[in-house]
Amino acid sequence: MAYLELKNVCKTYETGPDATEVLSNINLTIEEGEFVAIVGFTGSGKTTLVNLINGLLEPTSGEVLFKGQPVSGTSHERGVIFQNYSLLPWLTVEQNVLMAVKEAFPKREKAVYKRKAAYYIDMVGLTPAINKLPKELSGGMRQRVAVARALSMKPDMIIMDEPLGALDALTRGNLQDQILNIWGKDKRTALLITNDVDEGIYMADRIIPLRPGPNATLGPEFKIDLDRPRDKTEMNDSESFKKTRNAIIEYLMDIGDARKAEAKAPIELPDLAPKSFVAV
Amino acid sequence: MKASLTLGKVSKLMGLGFISTFKSLFKGELDKKDLQNFLRKVIVPLASILLFIGIWHLGSKVLYNIEADFRIAKALNEQGQAAADATAACIASGDSTCQPNTLPSPSQVWESFQSLLRDHNIISADKAAFKEKTAALNETRTAQGLDPIVYTGRPSFVDQIFRSLKTVFAGFLLALFIAVPLGIFIGLSPTLKSSFNWFIQIFKPVSPVVWYLLVFMIVKTVLIDSSEDSSFTISFISVGLCSMWATLVNTAMGVSTVDKDYINVAKVLKLGTFQKIFKVVLPSSLPLIFTGLKITLSVAWMVLIAIELLAQSPGLGLFVWEEFQNGANDSNAKIIVAMFVIGIIGFLLDRLMLSIQNAVSFEKTDAV
Repeated sequence: MAYLELKNVCKTYETGPDATEVLSNINLTIEEGEFVAIVGFTGSGKTTLVNLINGLLEPTSGEVLFKGQPVSGTSHERGVIFQNYSLLPWLTVEQNVLMAVKEAFPKREKAVYKRKAAYYIDMVGLTPAINKLPKELSGGMRQRVAVARALSMKPDMIIMDEPLGALDALTRGNLQDQILNIWGKDKRTALLITNDVDEGIYMADRIIPLRPGPNATLGPEFKIDLDRPRDKTEMNDSESFKKTRNAIIEYLMDIGDARKAEAKAPIELPDLAPKSFVAV
Repeated sequence: MKASLTLGKVSKLMGLGFISTFKSLFKGELDKKDLQNFLRKVIVPLASILLFIGIWHLGSKVLYNIEADFRIAKALNEQGQAAADATAACIASGDSTCQPNTLPSPSQVWESFQSLLRDHNIISADKAAFKEKTAALNETRTAQGLDPIVYTGRPSFVDQIFRSLKTVFAGFLLALFIAVPLGIFIGLSPTLKSSFNWFIQIFKPVSPVVWYLLVFMIVKTVLIDSSEDSSFTISFISVGLCSMWATLVNTAMGVSTVDKDYINVAKVLKLGTFQKIFKVVLPSSLPLIFTGLKITLSVAWMVLIAIELLAQSPGLGLFVWEEFQNGANDSNAKIIVAMFVIGIIGFLLDRLMLSIQNAVSFEKTDAV
């Protein structure tokens, strides 16, 4: 049985004549312990897809099944790392994580909560900043807090919505390794949404491109058969990496071109001629 | 995490940053940029204050002359040259019986201020003496179960200020306890919002005078058996009702426009309703709630004068009104003193709210 299954999922915003179908006919299966990446252009409906899976949105038609059960509302079993960190700015790093721990494991002693929070904050290497407010942290540190917060609820599945999109390349690489490390430890199921093909190839077992919306659908999947742990420098020389990478990029570019061509309906120009002011 | 309270921190918290500039001036630590800052923040305001006083002085002098000329001309027309000369001489001599009654000059206002302070000292001495005299008697009276004798003399200017502050704070607290909870409910529930919206829209622009009359109608009947003076109750309730709207609207707005990201976080963490309100919704709407409270406090202070005047409740408003009715020689100057005192206290109240806001809220707001 598939761990997460999306069956013919459609999502429409608004109703009546204003209706725009953002996602149509999404079919996706993720097995337990798998790391899947979905790659797509910005504005192609990636965040909508994520919100359908984590339960913030409900599909207009079709089904989202998690462990065989239809998803209704959010759940602690599915941890979410948001694109824009979404830390509460009036709480310190520790308080942000504590809030999640307290909700996920109700009725424990205060010391237990503190220990758990400290453990996850240490996992992302933020122990020195434990009493800082989010605004005192850099973007990368904030995202690490968000990672710690999501993990501290011990979710069965981690859903990441462009978690590294706003970070610089160096921090990005660092955090990719950290996330992979954490994922590798207990092999939780993970879904990564990204717009960076290289990131997808480096991190995931499978990559599925999202054809851009409206009416976004998932494209054919690409399996990544590279051994873990993966090495970025080695990867660049690997033939299979190059092939997969080119194939994915070509696929995405083709869709992009097709969309552009569609948009280029010929515009009829008025028939105008300059008036002559020269005396005849 | 204990923050040490230094002069710099406190003054910054209160939006009085120039105090730290003063401090570095005395320590001799000023560089060029600080000097520029000092000029802008201390010298320029001081110069503008002096300019203001100068214009005021000249203006009052012009008005004084117009009034004096008018009196002399009137005496000339009605009673002839001798009376006109007598009036002119009387005015020139500075005799208090025939001074032109117009806008007082800054020096007159300053004199009145000092005389009010002297008056306060006399009254407090009188009060202390009265207390001493009646102390023994009061003890026996309380032992017998009788009410102690209290001082019933005229309140001094300073007493009036404290009475006014008491009324404003009572009104402000009333507004706080009505408007904040109500605002939260309205912000959270669209149903409540539409059921209360007409109410807010209609009652928000109602004038303080009308609020006073409404409260008077109700309180008079409610306290019909009570022999006590209800003017304080009436005035603080009216002040509260007049001033609560800003807080109500701001709280409702803050609560209903919480960042969607934070709501998503609350959903993903599966926070309960109470947790969601107290840990996410309220902290994030705190800056707006405080903006509302700040407006409420300043409105409360502003309408206080009118309401005290109507309610005959002791305080600055009544003081102003009595001085105006009194028509004594220095009445106008005393009214101006009250005006400045009202303004300065209003400013300090605003800064007090700002400090509280900056101490409890995650967003720091600068003083305007």
